[in-house]
Amino acid sequence: MSELERLTERLTAALPPDAVLTDPVRLRTYECDGLTHHRATPGVVVLPETAEQVAAVVRLCGEHGVPFVARGSGTGLSGGALPRTDGVLIVTSRMRRILEIDIPNRRAVVEPGVTNLAITEAVRDRGYYYAPDPSSQQVCSIGGNVAENSGGAHCLKYGFTVNHVLSAEIVTPDGEIVELSAQDPGYDLLGAFIGSEGTLGIATKITVRLSRAPEVVTTLLAAFTGIEAGGRAVSAIIAAGVVPAAIEMMDALAIEAAEAAVHCRYPAGAGAVLVVELDGPHAEVEHQFAAVERICRDNGAFEIRVAASAEERAAIWKGRKSAFAAVGRISPAYIVQDGVVPRTALPRVLAGIDLLQEEYGIRVANVFHAGDGNLHPLVLFDDSVPGEAERAEAVSGRILDLCVEHGGSITGEHGVGVDKARYMPRMFTEDDLDTMQLVRCAFDPRGLANPGKVFPTPRLCGEVPGVRRGAHPLVEAGLAEQF
Amino acid sequence: MDPELIKDCVHCGFCLPTCPTYVLWGEEMDSPRGRIHLMGQHVEGTPLTDAMAGHFDACLGCMACVTACPSGVRYDRLIEQTRAVVEREHVRRPDERAIRALVFALFPYRRRLRAMRLPMRLSRRLQPFLEQVHPSLGAMAELAPDAPRPVRLPPLVRARRRRRARVGLLTGCVQGEFFPQVNAATARVLALEGCDVVIPPRQGCCGALSLHSGREAEARRFARRTIAVFERAGVDAVVVNAAGCGSSMKDYAEVLADEPGWAARARALRTRDLAEFLIELGPVAGRHPLPVTIAYHDACHLAHAQGVRAQPRELLRAIPGLELREIGESAVCCGSAGTYNLFQPEAARQLGDRKAERVLAAGADLLVSANPGCTMQIAASVRRAGKGEIRVAHTAEVLDASLRGLGSV
Repeated sequence: MSELERLTERLTAALPPDAVLTDPVRLRTYECDGLTHHRATPGVVVLPETAEQVAAVVRLCGEHGVPFVARGSGTGLSGGALPRTDGVLIVTSRMRRILEIDIPNRRAVVEPGVTNLAITEAVRDRGYYYAPDPSSQQVCSIGGNVAENSGGAHCLKYGFTVNHVLSAEIVTPDGEIVELSAQDPGYDLLGAFIGSEGTLGIATKITVRLSRAPEVVTTLLAAFTGIEAGGRAVSAIIAAGVVPAAIEMMDALAIEAAEAAVHCRYPAGAGAVLVVELDGPHAEVEHQFAAVERICRDNGAFEIRVAASAEERAAIWKGRKSAFAAVGRISPAYIVQDGVVPRTALPRVLAGIDLLQEEYGIRVANVFHAGDGNLHPLVLFDDSVPGEAERAEAVSGRILDLCVEHGGSITGEHGVGVDKARYMPRMFTEDDLDTMQLVRCAFDPRGLANPGKVFPTPRLCGEVPGVRRGAHPLVEAGLAEQF
Repeated sequence: MDPELIKDCVHCGFCLPTCPTYVLWGEEMDSPRGRIHLMGQHVEGTPLTDAMAGHFDACLGCMACVTACPSGVRYDRLIEQTRAVVEREHVRRPDERAIRALVFALFPYRRRLRAMRLPMRLSRRLQPFLEQVHPSLGAMAELAPDAPRPVRLPPLVRARRRRRARVGLLTGCVQGEFFPQVNAATARVLALEGCDVVIPPRQGCCGALSLHSGREAEARRFARRTIAVFERAGVDAVVVNAAGCGSSMKDYAEVLADEPGWAARARALRTRDLAEFLIELGPVAGRHPLPVTIAYHDACHLAHAQGVRAQPRELLRAIPGLELREIGESAVCCGSAGTYNLFQPEAARQLGDRKAERVLAAGADLLVSANPGCTMQIAASVRRAGKGEIRVAHTAEVLDASLRGLGSV
């Protein structure tokens, strides 16, 4: 009997019936998340319903030395929830109760499997909402959002998940249930946990900040003949001191896909569209709106539409929010890339992407959170054509090189996961990575929590990472001691 | 299971929150994305296991996922093909086989349904006993409505004003036997709006139950017969007032794709849901006030399969004095889903309870739905919740009451 089989027996005894999946056909349906080109059938899947059950599973994993991976709705785009064939996949999709809504203190307490949008839906009637809005918000779980520090179109003005989580109950990799709070004095452990991609533990209860719905929301759609003009308009808007709630850009290919999928009826002949949303007090929005409209026209917008109703606003957003999945309409397969560049480098990076398309004969559709320079190039390919997947993969990697060369980052909001671990050395030195490993080891000395993610080379905590190779200068100087 | 259709799924998961079984159980293999993955496994050579068949059987076929899918995956076609494979390759338990044989020998045949009147009147009292014999029999007894007085419809109802169209009316099996007053109301509304209504007495089952259960040959037989009957009637359009029937009739061309002659005849048949047809036609008859609050229930085969959501609401809102209320989670199936509540009684009851709770929360006088299955399911769920008999009606009955000035339904 293998270690995993022995563990499975104990898991079955510890959890309610139907909470442990071992049937190979069922297990395979969990082989990937939203990023399908990395696949691994989990050794066993558990579907706990309480924090205590999660803690029990994690403790048992520790006792048997078996790795575990947490998964929410399985919508991640970096393979962060890619299972381990020799491990346990802990799925939080049955932990989806909203435990408390506390309007006077503007907070809600939810279980990790609650979807991002469900929080907003629960408080919308009372004039509140949960601000971070990933495009998959109706599906993705808040637990996954915490693990990935998810963003969304409106993060330009309102910040990421980390800015909207007040505290979290987590199960540590050794199976302890602890509470981390933004108000804790000392190190910001909650801040370290958010975005740790399941390597520091599993969130089992999350207290989120509720935001007051803005007095006015104005959304406009501006059509440009080309992406360069759109990019210039973005820079001009920010330079004018306007901070829109969101500025999104889509290129011609992305528009074509969205049109095919949801018939969003963006202006015909547009080489790029900008979606600009302004929100806040009436007077402020009105003033900024005039400025944005003028800047768009000055930069060559040939058509500007303003949403006159909530339905029209939803229609404008529908095209943008469905863009990733909609690409399935124009291409058999695609890679969603996620990179960041300084806003000012946008035209140069886009020109670079154009060159790559020619060099490799691969089409790239572009969707971006233009306001903060977060690119989402969609690299299109046909997996039935030999060699095309490899070329697409190469283009995808070269795009990240472009981002790093221009002072950007290899990920804006999708996380590193398994997909980008190999690109980490393009951004960080060996010493940088070792320092990060030290943080991980402090939480998970045995390396059982989501191993193989984030870092390019697995390293056990016993293998002393580089920073500790020699004596610290402070120790040598007799100013500190090592213990 | 067409591999090309399977490949369209990009695994984004947008279908998950709309899937009733995922809402209930939170398991990947009981979501559309998971089921498509299972189909893919089978196409790649994994034999159809009991577990796999169970997850396909657990799908309600509500098509909420088709509405939600941004990649345009034809889950409707996929699950139909899959059900046919399950029927061919999967050996069911003897009790399941017996129940299915009973249902498919009974429901598509009006005369046999008529013979069930007396047993039906007794069955609710016998429900606990039947439940013990088999949960499906228990479910059947629980769902059975009070058998109404039969209504005999003439073969032709003439337009009550200048004729604007000549339409056929599908009377349906369950609709015709258990809710004959709905067909009568439909015919009156159409006549008052200026339609000659042809009601062929020889029409049979449209094949919806067979089609949605993977019984392909039977479905094709019913489809061919229905096409022939309405061709003879010489009508501009066939109006259907049962959502499940309408959606399957709109699929006839795909059902009969292997028989090109029939497929062409299927395409020539203009099938319209009643609400869809009335909105296209435009109102001419005067609406009398109806002071009533209505909770409108979206039948999945109307909202998801046919995309008919706005039309019934528009018709109802146009009635003076009528207040329309929305039901929470309106896109989630009530658990009726054709034969689902008979074959999967446990899941259907859980979904029914969820729906009943939200219907009652709407606090309306009357529940309106455009599918007999949903009406029976929700009424039974409300009874089970100990809330007595909920007042139910079809959109056609509400319109009929307004057009004829009956004051209150």
